[in-house]
Amino acid sequence: MFRSMEEWFAVADAAGEDLAAAALRREVKETGAAEADVRARIAEVLGVMRDAVAEGLALADASPSGLTGGRARRLDAEGPELLGGLFTRVLARAIATLEVNARMGLIMATPTAGAAGIVPAVLLTLQEERGWPEDRLVDALLVAGGVGAVIAERASIAGAGGGCQAETGSAAAMSSAAVTWLEGGTPEQVGHAVALTLQGMLGLICDPVAGLVEIPCVYRNATGAVHGIAAAEMALAGLDFPIPVDEVIDVMGEVGRKMDVRYRETALGGLATTPAGQKIAAAAGMERLVQLQRRGRTQGEESARIGPS
Amino acid sequence: MSTTLFDILGPKMVGPSSSHTAGACRLGYVVRSVLGRTPERAAVDLHGSFAMTGEGHGTRKAIVGGLLGFLPDDVLLRESFELARGAGLEVEFHEADLGEEAHPNSARIRVEAGGEKIEVVGCSIGGGRIRVTEIDGFPVNLRGTLPTIVVLADDVPGTVSKITGIIAQRGLNLATIRVDRTGRGERALMTIETDQEVPDDLFHDLHDRSWVHWIRNVHRLNA
Repeated sequence: MFRSMEEWFAVADAAGEDLAAAALRREVKETGAAEADVRARIAEVLGVMRDAVAEGLALADASPSGLTGGRARRLDAEGPELLGGLFTRVLARAIATLEVNARMGLIMATPTAGAAGIVPAVLLTLQEERGWPEDRLVDALLVAGGVGAVIAERASIAGAGGGCQAETGSAAAMSSAAVTWLEGGTPEQVGHAVALTLQGMLGLICDPVAGLVEIPCVYRNATGAVHGIAAAEMALAGLDFPIPVDEVIDVMGEVGRKMDVRYRETALGGLATTPAGQKIAAAAGMERLVQLQRRGRTQGEESARIGPS
Repeated sequence: MSTTLFDILGPKMVGPSSSHTAGACRLGYVVRSVLGRTPERAAVDLHGSFAMTGEGHGTRKAIVGGLLGFLPDDVLLRESFELARGAGLEVEFHEADLGEEAHPNSARIRVEAGGEKIEVVGCSIGGGRIRVTEIDGFPVNLRGTLPTIVVLADDVPGTVSKITGIIAQRGLNLATIRVDRTGRGERALMTIETDQEVPDDLFHDLHDRSWVHWIRNVHRLNA
């Protein structure tokens, strides 16, 4: 796939194609797959996403850890709909997929399992409102996939690589680009949507409580979806972001590389090492992790004491 | 190598973690593939985050599932420990430090079956993608995105062209080839990626050559 958004825009422009067509052509060229097969596989992606959302919304039981499960269903039924039902449904669906994920259920990792709730929540919910035909949604996933590929090449899409900004940030940027493209945004607007999404999520750490992909991941998928929609809304209105999108992606990569390893999915920092977080880890039987967390905490207190006075 | 669309849109997988579950499963699957069958015994050293947070992510179940031949979207991964017992696979796990350079999600997997032993080091690099970095002590760079054959052969002039010639004769397109040597004139490990799956008879043909010491076929990871 493309190594930069700029390259993608140039290739599309030179061929007189839109971003989806350029991404499809590049995929076909690089993998040798037939166009029809790529589209069929994307249709299957959408099917798995729908099934996971439906399964998650119906789920009443707690996950094996007891930390999640039934939250999507509750939000869907009890949400006060502060911004209308659509907003509540986006949040509930993002949570739904992650709750299925927590039970070793079948999901589509777009781009990762920990961020799998965002793209389906945004696209499937807005499809109901905006009436996008199914084949346009397939094209939109080509755009989303292209954005994820650029981020993977230049920065990271994984919490272990670059924190939550990389993981839910990538998913939110992908959803934002897809919506902007579906609503007739220009390539430049798609670029602004990605930049606007990522600028709002820069620095977000990955700090899974007890090392499980549940807290805060389930909720970060919900709020990540909101970031994606907000960025698309702004970009489609013509609001621009003065830092070019590739530079925003690069800075996300840089922040991720400099992020202390305890904030990169190791469960050795952030919410994971709060007193409550450690209690949850102990209750979940993560003895080795708890030992390491305690050691890290002691060291942290030690260095705070001998630090600047 | 470039990221493809379906590295990003997928994999379809059982949760909860693409790196700790799907990637771990794929590592196990590649190891099985390199061994050529279901192992009888496996010793798995987990490094970094694989060791620390693997438990809650089903990392161990996923590696065992991969060793049994399951791909990341197989819901049987949940029951892989029970299924391993049924398949006569004994697995032990240890925590290990594979060095500062090792990716945080790394594992060293030693397997054996029928007296044959293989040791593979690899890591899960995010989104379910993997990289195998070492086979039996030789540095490799294998992602399982293309069919790959790994050949340990005499390091004498002409070996590379003999192998590529045999492959080309069969109409297979070579994507990449990488050669690592233990020392001049000793043995060389070749990692050859092809655009199409390597047919069994070609594999056996190479296998039977006197200058080939060891050869393995690593199938493409689709799911």
